[in-house]
Amino acid sequence: MRLSCPICGERDIREFYYQGADVALNRPAPDAGDDAWQDYVYLRDNQPGEHRDLWQHESGCGSWIVVSRNTVTHEVSGAKLAKEMKRAKA
Amino acid sequence: MRVAGKGQIDQSTPISFTFDGIQYRGFVGDTVASALLANDIRLMARSFKYHRPRGVLTAGSEEPNALMTVGRDGATDPNVRATVQEIYEGLELRSQNAWPSLEYDVMAVNDLASPFLGAGFYYKTFMWPRAFWERVYEPIIRRAAGLGALSGEKQSDKYERAYAHCDVLVIGAGPAGLMAALKAAKSGADVILADEDSVMGGRLNSETFEVDGQTGADWAAGIVEQMREMDNVRLMTRTTVSGVYDQGTFGALERVNHHTSVRDGKAPLETFWRIVAKQSILAAGAIERPIAFQNNDRPGIMTAGAVRSYLNRWGVAPGKAITIFANNDDAHRTAMDMLAAGVHVAAVIDSRFNVQALGDYTLIKGAYVCGTKGRKGLETITVRTSTGTQSISTDCLAMSGGWNPTVHLTCHMNGRPTWREDIASFVPTEGTIPNMTVAGACNGDFSTHACLRAGLEAATKAVTALGKTPGEIDAPQSEDTAYKMEPLWAVPGKGRAWVDFQNDVLVKDVKQAAVENFRSVEHMKRYTTQGMATDQGKNSNVTALALLADATGRGIPETGTTTFRPPYSPIAMAAFGAGAEGKGFAPERKTTSHMATIEDGAPMMEAGLWYRPSYFPIKGEKTWRQSCDREVGYVRNAVGVCDVSTLGKIDIQGPDAAELLDFVYTNMFSSLKVGRVRYGLMLREDGYVMDDGTTARLSGTHFVMTTTTAAAGAVMRHLEFATQVLRPELDVRLMSVTEQWAQFAVAGPQSRELLNGLLDQTLDNETWPFMACGDVSISGVKGRLFRISYSGEHAYEIAVPARYGDSLFRTLTAKTTEMAGGPYGVEALNVLRIEKGFITHAEIHGRVTAFDIGMGRMISAKKDCIGKTMAARDGLLDEGRERLMGFKPVGAVKQLTAGAHLYNEGDEATAELDKGYLTSVAFSPTLGHFMALGFVRGGPERLGDRLRMVDYMRQIETIVEVCDPVFFDPKGERTRG
Amino acid sequence: MVDLIAKTPMNGFVPLKLGNVTLSEMAAGPITSISPFNDTGKDLSAALKAAHGMAVPAANRSTGKASARAIWFGREQFILMGCEAVQGLANYAALTDQSDGWTIVELKGAGAADVLARVTPLDLRSHVFKKGHTARSDLMHMASSITRTGDNTFLITVFRSMAGTLLHDLQRAMEGVASRG
Repeated sequence: MRLSCPICGERDIREFYYQGADVALNRPAPDAGDDAWQDYVYLRDNQPGEHRDLWQHESGCGSWIVVSRNTVTHEVSGAKLAKEMKRAKA
Repeated sequence: MRVAGKGQIDQSTPISFTFDGIQYRGFVGDTVASALLANDIRLMARSFKYHRPRGVLTAGSEEPNALMTVGRDGATDPNVRATVQEIYEGLELRSQNAWPSLEYDVMAVNDLASPFLGAGFYYKTFMWPRAFWERVYEPIIRRAAGLGALSGEKQSDKYERAYAHCDVLVIGAGPAGLMAALKAAKSGADVILADEDSVMGGRLNSETFEVDGQTGADWAAGIVEQMREMDNVRLMTRTTVSGVYDQGTFGALERVNHHTSVRDGKAPLETFWRIVAKQSILAAGAIERPIAFQNNDRPGIMTAGAVRSYLNRWGVAPGKAITIFANNDDAHRTAMDMLAAGVHVAAVIDSRFNVQALGDYTLIKGAYVCGTKGRKGLETITVRTSTGTQSISTDCLAMSGGWNPTVHLTCHMNGRPTWREDIASFVPTEGTIPNMTVAGACNGDFSTHACLRAGLEAATKAVTALGKTPGEIDAPQSEDTAYKMEPLWAVPGKGRAWVDFQNDVLVKDVKQAAVENFRSVEHMKRYTTQGMATDQGKNSNVTALALLADATGRGIPETGTTTFRPPYSPIAMAAFGAGAEGKGFAPERKTTSHMATIEDGAPMMEAGLWYRPSYFPIKGEKTWRQSCDREVGYVRNAVGVCDVSTLGKIDIQGPDAAELLDFVYTNMFSSLKVGRVRYGLMLREDGYVMDDGTTARLSGTHFVMTTTTAAAGAVMRHLEFATQVLRPELDVRLMSVTEQWAQFAVAGPQSRELLNGLLDQTLDNETWPFMACGDVSISGVKGRLFRISYSGEHAYEIAVPARYGDSLFRTLTAKTTEMAGGPYGVEALNVLRIEKGFITHAEIHGRVTAFDIGMGRMISAKKDCIGKTMAARDGLLDEGRERLMGFKPVGAVKQLTAGAHLYNEGDEATAELDKGYLTSVAFSPTLGHFMALGFVRGGPERLGDRLRMVDYMRQIETIVEVCDPVFFDPKGERTRG
Repeated sequence: MVDLIAKTPMNGFVPLKLGNVTLSEMAAGPITSISPFNDTGKDLSAALKAAHGMAVPAANRSTGKASARAIWFGREQFILMGCEAVQGLANYAALTDQSDGWTIVELKGAGAADVLARVTPLDLRSHVFKKGHTARSDLMHMASSITRTGDNTFLITVFRSMAGTLLHDLQRAMEGVASRG
């Protein structure tokens, strides 16, 4: 499997560290309440199909990236820098 | 026997090899199979279950019968296919799955018992009693299980892994693959052409067809030579593309030195390649299928194409009187080639009525071979026609039930092949592998011309997709005969007819599976074992499921195929794991003091990837405890030195550096003064403790964080996550400086005195109080000094650029020794910290909170931090949680053990009554008794209570008293002194 | 007074030649990591140009020449190798001294790329990974930086503490390549 790092281009999967769903981009405010925090820390849908995951190009450039991929077809449709996505949201 | 004037191999220089101790001769380019057949050896192996005598069935990697063991001891290679293994001078082969010998195999008694050993025999027989499963049945089954065995010794051959990248990977170098590769290369693409054979050309080397007026073999060699001159082509012979993976990644096994005697430990026996290709072209060819009829497994019965291969490529006639049994025109060419070579063709038996002889041989139409004789080698066959049966003398029967396209790789990403009625076989379904084009016989194109043309078309498609202009090449002239066949899976009649030679699966076994309702092809496979082991059903799958379809009254497309998985053909585990054994398993991280430490005789222990000294033994010490106790004394009474470079050191700079630290640590760092160090606690977002360490403030915008040795990598990743994902607005930069600095703890009452004799400046308690930090120098070498303590003593950590680490460690060792101290290892370091109740990852093991370790108040109320919200959940603040305490022995047994569990006195030691466990245990030479850190329900509420400590693993039990986790100097006076 | 003696990571390593490939430890001189702060890219670029005569390298590229280079080293980060970074750069970027943190070797010879193909998943084909190109990637199980400094020459760095493993892994790969002649 190969992923495309927005900085380094297509690289072998072994250079990447897998974190999980990109919900980490949406850290709730400290007072957001139990449900919001429960969702953020623990609850994941894990449906087959399109996923957006956080990976780190750990032994490459070090970037945290959000990868769009399909867990049914194994197609990787895109990757963006998490930092830029988060800043775009702000 | 060799046939004069036939074959493509050079017969000028003979080479010798042995099989079961007997020497044979062959020539360079011979496989073991061709060489043994040339020596008139037909019996090469015994079958898996019935131990039937077997010869070679095929001439390729699909061979199910002729498996042998090559080499001995650590270089033993079992289940080597005689059709793949090339001979070399001195090659040693042994038969396998036979005892005492291949000729007289005791286990052949199974053959007589075969009526009882059909499908499901094991499942039905070895059921009861349950207690027999592991002790009785498994050993019996294991002993009886066939095929070759490993030596049990350490692998002595070298294996290798490598990566390759290309624009177009062409798999298979037959006519389609050669054309595709040449055209792709001439279009400017980077091409890798891989073929499992030692010579490229595929079937062109086995047939007598002409291509462009040359022999097929000569034409192929010419194309290969053309490509050898091109910089953008990599030709990989003896390389099997074994698997297809996501995003254009392919696995491929190259047999680098199996055909040579080179075993120097440097040259690899095999290389496992990972090939990344933008486009791929599958030109894997087709495999001829046998026909099932009574006793169709005798040595001398082979596929018709294999017989042509032996004759045309290796110049070997596998018999003196050849018969052919087929359902298609293609097999008739075996008769033609044999006649041309002057070999007697006894008869061609064709199951079809509407068929014409191609030449001057006896053709028996509408007929079946319904039986054979000759236990260790074929002698006669029985042929049945509508008018009766006749016996024909023959020592080689060439059979052909048609050809199966080699669709395997197209199914590795969960694709299923498509049934094609006209060829009665499966072809690849388009689009099952992204960016793969299928060409030639593996796509159901069986004429040479169709293959050549398909290769060109595939190349056009691939290079166009790459944005390149296809080069102009025309398909050469060649034969374009139509493939004519009528399906024939099994000859009707009684007796045992083999479907799967390797697993001894018979026609009746497949039928039995259907009768017992194993109707799914996947169930049938597992019930009968059809399609398992080294050939993975390459010769038998289509036939087996055609029979199953028939037995269940369904069509073949509805019946479907089993799942094709990588690898296409067997790969040694040694190849997959190549380079990762021994020292290649993981990097060894060595500190700058490593050499000096080894010279001191210290045994090393692993701490993550790092190597650290356990202790530094001196003359007269017999146990590690003696050394450890002495070293603890150094620190408590004089001064000791310990390499602490393995702790992670992260440089944090920027206008928002302090804000980042406030966010990742529970406590405040923005309030830390420049030139001071603070202990920090780090949580995961779920509120549990992640790591701890000290962080020094070197300037308003510059900090250096230390992490534990074990968590250094994880903490760096965590900080990157915090700065990139959670708080990207922070202007802060991180850089690991772990490796830049060699850092040594200098600990003990005399530590300052030592440093004052070493540093270019003088330390005192005013300018260098506890938790101070700053720049220092040693003879002009700039370093950093931190007055921090992990031992509870007056202590420092001194850091210098790593190039001076070795020198400084030797200096410190000498100086401490002069002062009645010396170096100490991780054992003493551990005792010192337990005496002080300092935690490590033994305590912060991922399931404890700040509250649990008595640091709940370190979570600052003034700010948010990672993990703060979740740490405030009610359940995580429950007084009854397992909380950190100290423990000392008060029972008859004075020893404590880490991992032991705690129970109330008088309670049974059961999981339900468990009250906690010990995490860190040591004997304290300072206190004169064992001590432990651990967790107990209620924590401080249990202070002074007596508990049962039970260690089931080591069979140790005692009574402990719950005490404060700080055993020594609870007020911390020594640290500050 | 003590006299601290400096040692290199591969302390006394004699260049290893196997087949047509030579592995040598490099004396790279001072190494400084440079991580530009937010929105300081242009100023840093000008300062680097003025002080050291080289441009800030783009991602996966290096600038400078053999005596002193700037090598991209990761996201928002490059290293200056072979000369002392002027302190003025600290106005625009976080600087750390990395002179002692890395094992630095040169792999040179016709088969150098073949050797690396046995230890790294990088695509090092000469028209893809050209002279001046650099990458952070795995070298067997080690995080590494690999830079093509010549047609058949690569500069390779791994952590200082992993010098022994680097030698082990490269030697094994070199033996494999050399055996193919």
